[in-house]
Amino acid sequence: MADHSHGHDAHGHDSAAFHATTKDYVIGFLLSVVLTAIPFWLVMSGAIADKSTTGLIIMAFAAVQVVVHMIYFLHMNGKIEGGWNLMAALFTILLVAIILAGSAWVMFHLNYNMMSDMPKMDGMS
Amino acid sequence: MSSANLTEQYYDLHEHAHPDGYSTTLGFWIYLMSDCLIFGMLFATYAVLGGNYAGGPAPKDLFELPLVALNTSLLLFSSITYGFAMIAMQNGNKKGLTAWLLLTLMFGLGFLSIELFEFHNLIEEGAGPQRSAFLSAFFTLVGTHGLHVTFGSIWLVTLLFQVNKHGLTDANKRRLSCLSLFWHFLDVVWIGVFTFVYLMGVLR
Repeated sequence: MADHSHGHDAHGHDSAAFHATTKDYVIGFLLSVVLTAIPFWLVMSGAIADKSTTGLIIMAFAAVQVVVHMIYFLHMNGKIEGGWNLMAALFTILLVAIILAGSAWVMFHLNYNMMSDMPKMDGMS
Repeated sequence: MSSANLTEQYYDLHEHAHPDGYSTTLGFWIYLMSDCLIFGMLFATYAVLGGNYAGGPAPKDLFELPLVALNTSLLLFSSITYGFAMIAMQNGNKKGLTAWLLLTLMFGLGFLSIELFEFHNLIEEGAGPQRSAFLSAFFTLVGTHGLHVTFGSIWLVTLLFQVNKHGLTDANKRRLSCLSLFWHFLDVVWIGVFTFVYLMGVLR
């Protein structure tokens, strides 16, 4: 085979961004299974009576799982592509946070301000 | 490769032949980040409209969590099988690569079938995208993700043919790496979908 050069020394050569190892994937997968199973179990069993507590917990699990996927599946670190991958990702996370928090903030206040005119809007709980 | 009489210096020169692939991965990553913004906006739309049922069904009445759990596990399995495909690729194991990619494709298609089944049931129940703002936002967000998985699957089939025909060339490895990023990225987006749309929806 012409491309047997995929030993250790040629590793960072055409696949610089992908130092994937089986161990990484297995660890990432096991963590993801746990981080997915617990939120599903919490919601389906109703183990915690208070819904907003459950909500906060499953959001926290999701955030952790996103980080796990970033590290173990997408192989994010500060080194690949001279750190540009990480910078782009952080910038995107910042933008998405602004989009989400900003939309929710503005629109929920709008709903709140208009509630007296439209009582039906909030009546579905 | 005849690198016997090349000195260290020449390795640097040799690497200059690669900026192509090098920037492809970064460029693809930046595309993914822009895609991430699209999903960010769809999530924001869902956050704003997700409670407007227009007197119609709420998430609690519609979503079947066991089905979503099955879907989630299919996508998660497809992530690790793609990971194993990448490892087979690194080891130059074309057969292993093909087998893992086919398995990934099966999981991906399974995911899509279940999603289409779910959409079909919702529309049959009269809970189609036109029913309420909540359902419009739901179908847009989850449907966009599903479309991404569809295109990812088409891309995967294309690469299966490419690898079969041309073998593990540098270009094919680069393509496989890009699809790897794409596929894992879709799994990350799905974490947001199952948590924010399905689980939070049922909690509501």
